Amino acid sequence: MGTLVQTLASSPSTLSTYAVGLATHEGEAHAASGVTAYAWLLVALPLLGAAVLLLGGRRTDKFGPVLATVLSWSAFVVGALVFLAMLGRGAEDRAVGIDLFDWVAAGAFKVSAGLLVDQLSMVFVLLITFVGSLIHVYSLGYMEHDPDRRRFFAYLNLFVAAMLLLVLANSYLLLYVGWEGVGLASYLLIGFWNYNPAYATAANKAFVANRVGDFGLSIAIMLMFFHFGAVDFQTVLGAAGDNANQGFMTAIGLMLLLGACGKSAQFPLQSWLGDAMAGPTPVSALIHAATMVTAGVYLVVRSSAIFEAAPTAQLVVVIVGAITLLFGAIVGCAKDDIKKALAASTMSQIGYMMLAAGLGPVGYAFAIFHLLTHGFFKAGMFLGAGSVMHGMNDQVDMRRFGGLSGAMKITWATFGLGWLAILGVPPFSGYWSKDKIIEAAFIGEGWRPWVFGLAALIGAGITAFYMSRLFFMTFHGKKRWTDDVHPHESGLLMTVPMMILAVGSAFLGLVLGATGGITTWLEPVTGAEPEGAHPVLPPWLLVVLTLVLVAAGIALAWLRYWRDDVPAKAPAGSLLTQAARKDLYQDQVNEALLMRPGIHLTRSLVFADSKGVDGAAGGLAALVGGTSSRLRKLQNGFARSYALTMLAGVVAILGALWVMS
Amino acid sequence: MTAVAPLALPTLPAAFQQSNVDYLAILPLLIVFGTALIGVLVEAFASRERRHAIQVTLSVVGLLAAAASIIVAAKHQGLTMGLTDGSTNRQLFALAIDGPALFMQGTILLMGVLGVLTMAERFGGVGPDAFTPSGASTPGSAVETAAARAGALTSEVFPLTMFAIFGMMLFPTTNDLIGMFVALEVLSLPLYILSGLARRRRLLSQEASLKYFLLGAFSSAFFLFGTALLYGYAGSVYFGDLSKAIAAGPLAMNGLLLPGAFLVFVGLLFKVGAVPFHAWTPDVYQGAPTPVTGFMAACTKAAAFGAILRLAYVGLDTGRWEWTNALVLVALLTMVVGAVLSVTQTDMKRLLAYSSIAHAGFILVGVLAFDRKAVGAVLFYLVAYGFSTIAAFAIVSLVRQNGAEATHLSQWAGLGKRYPVVAAAFAFLMLAFAGIPLTSGFVSKFGVFSAAVGTGGATGTVLAVVGVLCSAITVFVYARVIVLMFFSDAPDDGVEVVTPSVSTTFSIAIGTLITLALGVLPSALLDLADRASQFVR
Repeated sequence: MGTLVQTLASSPSTLSTYAVGLATHEGEAHAASGVTAYAWLLVALPLLGAAVLLLGGRRTDKFGPVLATVLSWSAFVVGALVFLAMLGRGAEDRAVGIDLFDWVAAGAFKVSAGLLVDQLSMVFVLLITFVGSLIHVYSLGYMEHDPDRRRFFAYLNLFVAAMLLLVLANSYLLLYVGWEGVGLASYLLIGFWNYNPAYATAANKAFVANRVGDFGLSIAIMLMFFHFGAVDFQTVLGAAGDNANQGFMTAIGLMLLLGACGKSAQFPLQSWLGDAMAGPTPVSALIHAATMVTAGVYLVVRSSAIFEAAPTAQLVVVIVGAITLLFGAIVGCAKDDIKKALAASTMSQIGYMMLAAGLGPVGYAFAIFHLLTHGFFKAGMFLGAGSVMHGMNDQVDMRRFGGLSGAMKITWATFGLGWLAILGVPPFSGYWSKDKIIEAAFIGEGWRPWVFGLAALIGAGITAFYMSRLFFMTFHGKKRWTDDVHPHESGLLMTVPMMILAVGSAFLGLVLGATGGITTWLEPVTGAEPEGAHPVLPPWLLVVLTLVLVAAGIALAWLRYWRDDVPAKAPAGSLLTQAARKDLYQDQVNEALLMRPGIHLTRSLVFADSKGVDGAAGGLAALVGGTSSRLRKLQNGFARSYALTMLAGVVAILGALWVMS
Repeated sequence: MTAVAPLALPTLPAAFQQSNVDYLAILPLLIVFGTALIGVLVEAFASRERRHAIQVTLSVVGLLAAAASIIVAAKHQGLTMGLTDGSTNRQLFALAIDGPALFMQGTILLMGVLGVLTMAERFGGVGPDAFTPSGASTPGSAVETAAARAGALTSEVFPLTMFAIFGMMLFPTTNDLIGMFVALEVLSLPLYILSGLARRRRLLSQEASLKYFLLGAFSSAFFLFGTALLYGYAGSVYFGDLSKAIAAGPLAMNGLLLPGAFLVFVGLLFKVGAVPFHAWTPDVYQGAPTPVTGFMAACTKAAAFGAILRLAYVGLDTGRWEWTNALVLVALLTMVVGAVLSVTQTDMKRLLAYSSIAHAGFILVGVLAFDRKAVGAVLFYLVAYGFSTIAAFAIVSLVRQNGAEATHLSQWAGLGKRYPVVAAAFAFLMLAFAGIPLTSGFVSKFGVFSAAVGTGGATGTVLAVVGVLCSAITVFVYARVIVLMFFSDAPDDGVEVVTPSVSTTFSIAIGTLITLALGVLPSALLDLADRASQFVR
């Protein structure tokens, strides 16, 4: 494992910056200066926006949304400048730490709040600020008529700030702050239209499921503190590599995974994501597709040193990823709600990333790469879905869509590029990232490559089917519109971001993947891909197999949802379809396993509390009260009795002591 | 320092000779005493209209000057006011200018400023102040009516307060039993008078004053008797001698030591309102003019605990195995009785009186930890409690019905709905008394209890546990007040919060802010108290 290097260097600003080497690579001391020292602005700018909009109240109604958008773009500019500065340095000097202030100083336990600007966090910074800013622009159009748009933009800015803090934090504790911040923003935005009780319930559901995961993360942090006495990345990850206790590493790894599962909607904590679509569509695009839900992947990749020291935990990561990618894909086949189908797809795609992240150094870079391309094409498709809803009176039932390609040409084209990208059709983005994950899943010995590789391969086929189904049902086939809709293309504020994202969906993979740019870039953080790791099947065969399965998926979807008529009312369907429509009964399982026993437990506790604890407390209170009333009579107002009390007291106490001695 | 004297027989000194006085070391005392004397002259010569303003200004300036001069005195720490015993040539020292003494002096001076400002309240000259126009008249008599009609003001309260403050500053500074007794009387006599000067319910006020005086005299007798026994034991009243004499241990006379020590403590415990010497507290707190009550509760307690600390840690430290158990008993009784009795109180001033008794118990727990850290904790507690108390009583003096103070709890119902700011400040002070985190009350309780557990041994642990339980009981009391103010409906009886002048507002604001500041950022004062916790011997 790598030597950890930390050199404090003075810089002109009040912040001290230093170069850090993390976990798996050698780092040379390096003093950062210039724009990198201002990386804190990344978090501060959107946070300022949220503060101004929330505290300013109605006064900011007019300019608030635009201000929020401008601040988000400013954060992107800062991110881009920091990125350029980073490009100007050698690969080993790119990771820079920035100390902000001493945050916790409790005896020997010290945590300084600081940022870690390295290749991994920069990828996220650019994705979050760029896609986030595009979605801000899109929202200017999408939320134009909402009376509460100021609050909406405030929450969006809050989210961007929290998400940037999450990926820039230099310690698990600060990461946790961002982690909770994005959870809060997500909760507030899912329930943005909380006058609808179903939406409020969806927000609560997301909150509770996330809470379970957050407990995992907080327990992991406590374990780190217990074991290492520190919670910053440098110490923890450095120590994790140096033969740390494997039991502890496994426990920490599993708890981190639990946190990741909650945030990234991975099995078994995935049930909230579908309902989270209750939020406005830009939110679904930004938070529940492109950025927040990928935080779990970030956590796992960032903690790679821990997982490499705990093979069991690593295996569980892969298993969770494999289960979720199939789970999401199957659910996606049955959903008629366009947003829920996309949500299922998100779940499945993050399953791919999680699987890759669990594979170790062969997979890290591709997990992040897929995260990046997915961020573009899935956000683009969500915005497309929003555009469709915009034109269709906010309907979401795909069975009432069809034939929209004529009415909404730009939406159709941009969505189509996203569709090609997620399918993994060369040369679009998804091909470069997803096929690499499938290839990596086939690397290994024994049963694992076969199980995980086949899961990823079959997943690709199902993905092709359900995404084609979604695309064909929405844009092709016969028009099944209800009478009152008049589909129309959305305004430029909405379509331009879609176009930009579509360009990304089309070419990002080509630019970063074909050249190997992303793997080289991330290598200092994720470690080099091991030499001589070959899949159990030849790579060309895997590509061919994948493409055949994808083609089969498209063909099947074409037969059923383009050529044949789609009934406006869903047919009964097979048992599997029925199960998939109900998210494979996840809610029912949760209810039977957790909710009912939980309710029972709280009821019995309430009973015990009111009878036992309250009874005892009430009795004590009565005792105190009674004693008080009796003692009070001694306070009769006569100076002579007071004097007698004093005398008696002196005599009694002296007498008692005399007897004792 | 004193030389070891032959302890065979108490020899009467032939003649005392003054050996040295470090005037800079006692500068704060001199300034306050001088201000008090000037105050008397002002009473005699200034015109009636201008007296009040002059007295208030004089007192505040004097107190602030004295507080500033503590910085000078801090550079002259040591024993002073030495006397030479003519026959044996021993050096005897009457005053100890050291960390605890100066810390207490500063605390008393600053709390005294707030106390004086509250007493100066005249509601812009339109409303009556807290004091009777004619203290010497019979309540309800024609003399009183005439004085009221003439607009007479009892501006004598200010010099009286200054004399009391002088006594209070002297109390923790004296290094011998006789000096301590003198200080005790100097601080008590003005307070007896001040207690009897309430403008309204004068009979109650005079009754309180008389009770305070009678019981105070009674307790002084205990103190003197204890002093006599200790002199009989050690042949000296000076703390240095006392400590050495006990260490040398003439076992034959142990029968004198325990009663002597305890009786001296009784005199001091009376002043802090410790059980079973507390009976005067609720009656006097209720009867005295409210600004006087606040001043008394904060400053007398601080001064008396300063004296208790010195007696326990310097004078009688070597014999503490003899008397500790007596004080432990008192501390336990004080906490339990104070907490339990506060539960059934229906009058705000009596409630605060029992609260102050319970707090005296908590502070005693800190005293009984016998550690330098504990001294720091006790000093911190006195500051925190004092400022909160002054602010609380100042608020009580503002809540009125038909011009008279509305002290019955039922009159406070729904106050939070009509006067949210004042009620919120009072609620915050209640939380501080309860010891809720982010208030000074939490930090101070944590300080004394952790000191007790840390160095007080098994006894300390028991005391701390009882202390925490009693705190829990008192939380109920304070929470009830808050609930009453914010969640009950106001009776339609015209209870109002009168608008105070700048001076009272200032007292309330400063008291509340200090309560908050010491709760959020206590480290500066904790450091100061810790550095000031070393006694000179």
